[in-house]
Amino acid sequence: MVGVVIVSHSQKVAEGIREMALQMANPSQQIIAAGGMDDGSIGTDAFKVSEAIVLANTGDGVAVLVDLGSAVLSTETAFDFLDDELRAKVKIADAPILEGAISAVVEASLGSSLSAVIATAEGARTLNKC
Amino acid sequence: MGGYIFEAINTIGKAIIRDKQMLTDLDAAIGDGDHGINMARGFEAVQAKMQALEAETDIGKVMKTIGMTLISSVGGASGPLYGTAFLRAAGPSQGKTKLDTDTASLMLAAAITGIKERGKAIRGEKTMLDALEPAYDAFMEGAKVNKTVIECLELACNAAQEGVEFTKTIAATKGRASYLGERSIGHQDAGATSSYIMLHALLEFLRGNN
Repeated sequence: MVGVVIVSHSQKVAEGIREMALQMANPSQQIIAAGGMDDGSIGTDAFKVSEAIVLANTGDGVAVLVDLGSAVLSTETAFDFLDDELRAKVKIADAPILEGAISAVVEASLGSSLSAVIATAEGARTLNKC
Repeated sequence: MGGYIFEAINTIGKAIIRDKQMLTDLDAAIGDGDHGINMARGFEAVQAKMQALEAETDIGKVMKTIGMTLISSVGGASGPLYGTAFLRAAGPSQGKTKLDTDTASLMLAAAITGIKERGKAIRGEKTMLDALEPAYDAFMEGAKVNKTVIECLELACNAAQEGVEFTKTIAATKGRASYLGERSIGHQDAGATSSYIMLHALLEFLRGNN
């Protein structure tokens, strides 16, 4: 099953999104929050992200949901620290972080491929709210 | 007292920490106002790591440690950007214990390539590249006519300073400042400024140790 990593500048945001996504998840699914810095301050940490990706991967790859700017840079830097095999199976979703994470988790829980999970997450961009 | 590279990094770290407030103020005008705080936190972490490397003379090894430390401690976009820059600079400086013009130019080129790839940015977008690329060009002009590494770095610093001034005249298209668009014109880029501060601190160190 495709794993999901949530990268936010805020630890609370990442954990909060994980908490919401877990409600829709399969119990065997890996959803890992990688938010904030080690000391709890606002920021993104590429090493924290690479550890989360390793934890989230059960063999089918990992979809990464990110918030703003440096979350993308840190995630791409994290890719540099992964082994080649895993690096080939990780992708950043160009999606809103909360809606994207929940969509990704639902799609992944059905046993879909990484590309399908990413496409569903990115589709969350066009969800109408009103 | 540590060795050459230890002291060089110490000088750069002190300069960033000294100018923390100025960098943060520059960033607050058009960004999220954390550049100085983040960079100072990064270099404080670097200084702590460097204590264990006091006797290290291999510039490449030190560059690698700095890169990894900045990536894990800065928090903002400058962490992966400068972290990647130092990691890339570790390549050509592996096994070197003194900065000669060849090594310095290769390090600068590798660092700039790393920043461009990581940030998917080019010169003219109001980023650190607007200081670093002119600095590299000026350094190479000096190297071509066999100037010393200090003379080349003087040229590079002047060009970087002009680059920082140039960032006041353009709009940001990268990073948080790009949300402001045209309203970012008139403000100096914090990343270009921190790049200049580092180059200038290195120059001051080399002057004092010549």
